[in-house]
Amino acid sequence: MRMRFGWMAALACLLVSFAALAAIPRHHALPADSVYAIPALQLRDQLGQAFAFASLQGRPRLVGMFYGSCRMACPLEIEYLKSLQHAVVAQSGKSIPVALVSFDPARDDVAMLQKVADMHHVKAPGFVLARPEQGDEGMLAGVLGIAYRPLPAGGFSHNVRVSLLDAQGRIVAATDASGAPDQAFVKVVAGLLNKH
Amino acid sequence: MVTPARVTTGRARWPIPMTTRRSVSMLVLLLMAAAAASAQDYRRLPGGEFDSALAVDGRAAHMQIAPFDMRIEPVTNAEFLAFVVQHPRWRRGEGPTLLAGPDFLRHWQGPLQLGDAIQPNQPVTHVSWFAARAYCNSEQARLPTWYEWEYASAADATRADARRDPLRNQKMLSAIQTQTGNLPEPVGTRPPNYYGVHDLNRLLWEWTSDYAAMFPNADARVPGSVASLALCGGSALAFADKNQYALMMRVAALVALKPVDSAPRVGFRCVRDVSGE
Repeated sequence: MRMRFGWMAALACLLVSFAALAAIPRHHALPADSVYAIPALQLRDQLGQAFAFASLQGRPRLVGMFYGSCRMACPLEIEYLKSLQHAVVAQSGKSIPVALVSFDPARDDVAMLQKVADMHHVKAPGFVLARPEQGDEGMLAGVLGIAYRPLPAGGFSHNVRVSLLDAQGRIVAATDASGAPDQAFVKVVAGLLNKH
Repeated sequence: MVTPARVTTGRARWPIPMTTRRSVSMLVLLLMAAAAASAQDYRRLPGGEFDSALAVDGRAAHMQIAPFDMRIEPVTNAEFLAFVVQHPRWRRGEGPTLLAGPDFLRHWQGPLQLGDAIQPNQPVTHVSWFAARAYCNSEQARLPTWYEWEYASAADATRADARRDPLRNQKMLSAIQTQTGNLPEPVGTRPPNYYGVHDLNRLLWEWTSDYAAMFPNADARVPGSVASLALCGGSALAFADKNQYALMMRVAALVALKPVDSAPRVGFRCVRDVSGE
């Protein structure tokens, strides 16, 4: 009788473990409001390295979008982010990585990404410029509050918005990345890095 | 007591055991999914020269629309139900909160149940822009751009461009006004337009892929942002044709929404690129 009870208990334990395993959601480590929980998005960076967007989780990061042939707002965006990176290091002694994803994959091949990176003297992995290869980059734009549309005469109408994501991908703060980085934003970034 | 996930339209009440009920439900569900998958019907729109009613930076937006295939009807509740059956992450209450807000599919009785108040052939509404994108991706399609949608909607039953007809504009406005506050009527009850496409102008507002960028400075939502610097190729849109009231209402309704929002009269249809010709 005791043996049978033990056997049943073991079976119950096994079933419970299976149930627990089955209950683990697909994005197990991600909170429901994580940017990394968007449907799978495969990217390739300026060095030709392929990676999954969700693989960027694990440390705080600045994430935005751009397109390579943009003459005005995107170069300003990149220069703003470079200044911000310097200011954050000065304040916290830690670095904040940047990832910008192109919303013009038809024109932004790896060579174009490399050209833009060289022009601005930015290097991966601290400053990643990436192109979407598979998946829907529009979903990323949507969750980041970035909107773009091609104009009939060529180019895009779009806004600039760069989001500070925590290690799990929650949006902590956002900036329109124009002018000089304001101290309040630098402080928020430095504060997040110091928590890690 | 956990009841099994059931897909019904709300009327089925079967006096049969739970296990049998579950397998019958699964069968019904698969049949519905198959039916919905085969029901998708697209028509070729030839494209060509087009003038949008929206001007860009004060200049008329004259453009060349490439040929594309458009769904002849908006996506229905039955079709979206089949989609969420196959893609659990898009069920109400399941997916990331950044992609679907609290109102997502709220008019359905349950995550897999339309309920008595909802008809399977009504256009699905209360869907976020993200969910609409995901649905179109699932049938190897995409949301139309605003210009593609506007080009298709310019037609009436006999003319490719009926926009100068004041009587038509008045009828569209009246139809919109009488339906305000209700869920849209079933799809396909009115004759198709010149291209064989139904329900573009009277039934509901439809998500377009680029709606949020129509007034990008309004969408930036960053306090203190400087619009001129935040925009690249920034465009000041205005209505070049001031008679298009119904179109103005549509644009106003769409740009007031965030992509995560779901509204009772906003649905969608999909388009496909014409490849290799």
